[in-house]
Amino acid sequence: MAQTTANGTEVSPQNSSPAERLLFGGLGVGLILLSLRQRGNSGVFLGTSGALLLSGAAMGRSVGSALTQVRRTEDDQIAVARAVTIGKSVDELYTFWRDFENLPRFMDHLESVKVQGGDGRRSHWVAKAPAGTTVEWDAEITEDEPGRRIAWRSLEGATVPNEGHVEFRPAPGDWGTEIHVSLTYRPPGGTLGAVVARLLGEEPGAQVGEDLRRLKRLLEVGQEPTTEGQPSARKGVMKAEAKMYDNRRTT
Amino acid sequence: MKAVVWQGINRVQVENVPDPEILQPTDAIVRVTATAICGSDLHLVDGYVPSMVHGDILGHEFMGEVVEVGPEVRDVRPGDRVVVPFPISCGKCWYCQHGLTSLCDNSNPNPKLAEALWGYSGSGLYGYSHITGGYAGGQAQFARTVYADQNLYKVPEGLTDEQVLFLTDILPTGYMGAENCNIHPGDVVAVFGCGPVGLFGIMSAFVLGAGRVIAIDRFPERLDLARKLGAETLNYEEDAVFERLKEMTGGRGPDSVMDAVGLESHAGGPGGVADAVKQTTRVLESDRPHALRAAIMACRKGGTVSVPGVYGGLADKIPVGAFMNKGLTMRTGQTHVHRYLDTLTGHIERGEVDPTVIITHRLGIDEAPHAYDIFKHKHDGCIKCILDPWADPKDHAPTKAP
Repeated sequence: MAQTTANGTEVSPQNSSPAERLLFGGLGVGLILLSLRQRGNSGVFLGTSGALLLSGAAMGRSVGSALTQVRRTEDDQIAVARAVTIGKSVDELYTFWRDFENLPRFMDHLESVKVQGGDGRRSHWVAKAPAGTTVEWDAEITEDEPGRRIAWRSLEGATVPNEGHVEFRPAPGDWGTEIHVSLTYRPPGGTLGAVVARLLGEEPGAQVGEDLRRLKRLLEVGQEPTTEGQPSARKGVMKAEAKMYDNRRTT
Repeated sequence: MKAVVWQGINRVQVENVPDPEILQPTDAIVRVTATAICGSDLHLVDGYVPSMVHGDILGHEFMGEVVEVGPEVRDVRPGDRVVVPFPISCGKCWYCQHGLTSLCDNSNPNPKLAEALWGYSGSGLYGYSHITGGYAGGQAQFARTVYADQNLYKVPEGLTDEQVLFLTDILPTGYMGAENCNIHPGDVVAVFGCGPVGLFGIMSAFVLGAGRVIAIDRFPERLDLARKLGAETLNYEEDAVFERLKEMTGGRGPDSVMDAVGLESHAGGPGGVADAVKQTTRVLESDRPHALRAAIMACRKGGTVSVPGVYGGLADKIPVGAFMNKGLTMRTGQTHVHRYLDTLTGHIERGEVDPTVIITHRLGIDEAPHAYDIFKHKHDGCIKCILDPWADPKDHAPTKAP
């Protein structure tokens, strides 16, 4: 049974490879056998762990993906959906987003987007990649419903094939507008690539969430709050510790 | 400049640090003329609020004179005398526009930490750990303040620093604590904790129409002050508080109970010891909720529990059965300081509230370690200590850290 994300993308629950299933299934059986020879708590623990691994393997659930919470679609893509409420009108937000050249102002990993051609439906994207490199691709708008929804997808030849859409929904009361974004993309290196990216702090869902928060702050306040450059009596290693906490420095 | 710096658990020192600068166009630099140590600073010093870093400047109760403003600051000018509310309001988000400034969506630069701990992030706070933004505090000679137009509150002519300093935190906190009690004229309000917030809670409860206030603490000087403010008092080391409260209220219990103690409440008995031991691990339990438990138990059926005391993380064995079966309401929150400033300034100007009565100590900034020490241990009759960042150190003997 496939799960459906908020944006309607089908996410497959079967997200581990046959080799992975064999490996963890074997490990599970081993632990269960081992548990039969143990008494007391350690036996219970081993048996439970083995049963969990075995059932995970039987259902095709990847332990790695479960631990890192990476979600994949049926055709092996990463799917991300995030939402934020911003105190601006639907029209203001639609207009801001429809000009894709605004996107790098709040999407941290984008270096630039250049709109090409008269109708603004085609664009060239440059994104920052690890180790100071960049990834570039062309994209086109596939759906454009003013004040409601914009969808786009990368064109043939993209290193990281991706597509996404954003919906603008009036929020209740005087809350403004809900922005719902969803993206799917095929990372280089498949799930492994996504897991590595997550370990390096580049997890796509969190990134989109942060991007949306940045958009909210840009449009509501005009700037991101920062503490960078304020005085402290920090020395040496303490500076690194503070930097670890202060994850939203804005230089 | 001189600043009071957190150097680790139970280590506070005064160090020379660089002067603050304008970092964003909406900033203002304030020359601090008066600052105070708050009970919640003790939670930082005791190490129960995570994400403090060696070298962080403490302090969220401070006021002074504006000496420099960023290019986008419109309403505040150099020379203005201002108090600085401890929660930082962006002024633009839904929460700020609805008077819930301590829940501001936009002012915390590190919301991910708060979201991991609390699900959602509140506003940034000055000098109060990196969970609440990592902003440098105001126990210093100068302070950078942010979103100056939204936050700096100009002090009316004719009021002294001591009269208005507590508008930054504890006076509105006591007031909101009383407001959260949902007081009807003549109600009986019990207040656990007669520290500065509890004392202002007592004052505010009367202002808001309480008929009687019963104050609970163990330090005679605090209980004396509570009595001077019109409260009846109970010393929990001498009285069986629950039984006495019942008896004093005709068996009904107080209509509202305020927990003005928070996460380091003092308790004897096996339960108190268990909490204390678990809390020292910082993992098993982050908060000692004894006063909160007592408040829930003591409150009359259908009454209101108000919690201005600070809680940080997870507390064990909250009597949720009593809470549910007695049909209680609980109201709490970091104080939305901004919404109370006009009202409370009016009370001060008309002489209806005198915030200076709680001040027991006035020290120079060089004496901050000593000030923390006596405030924390309630030595020397200390109820509230204010610091002068510009006092001549020669006037004060150097002292040891707590």
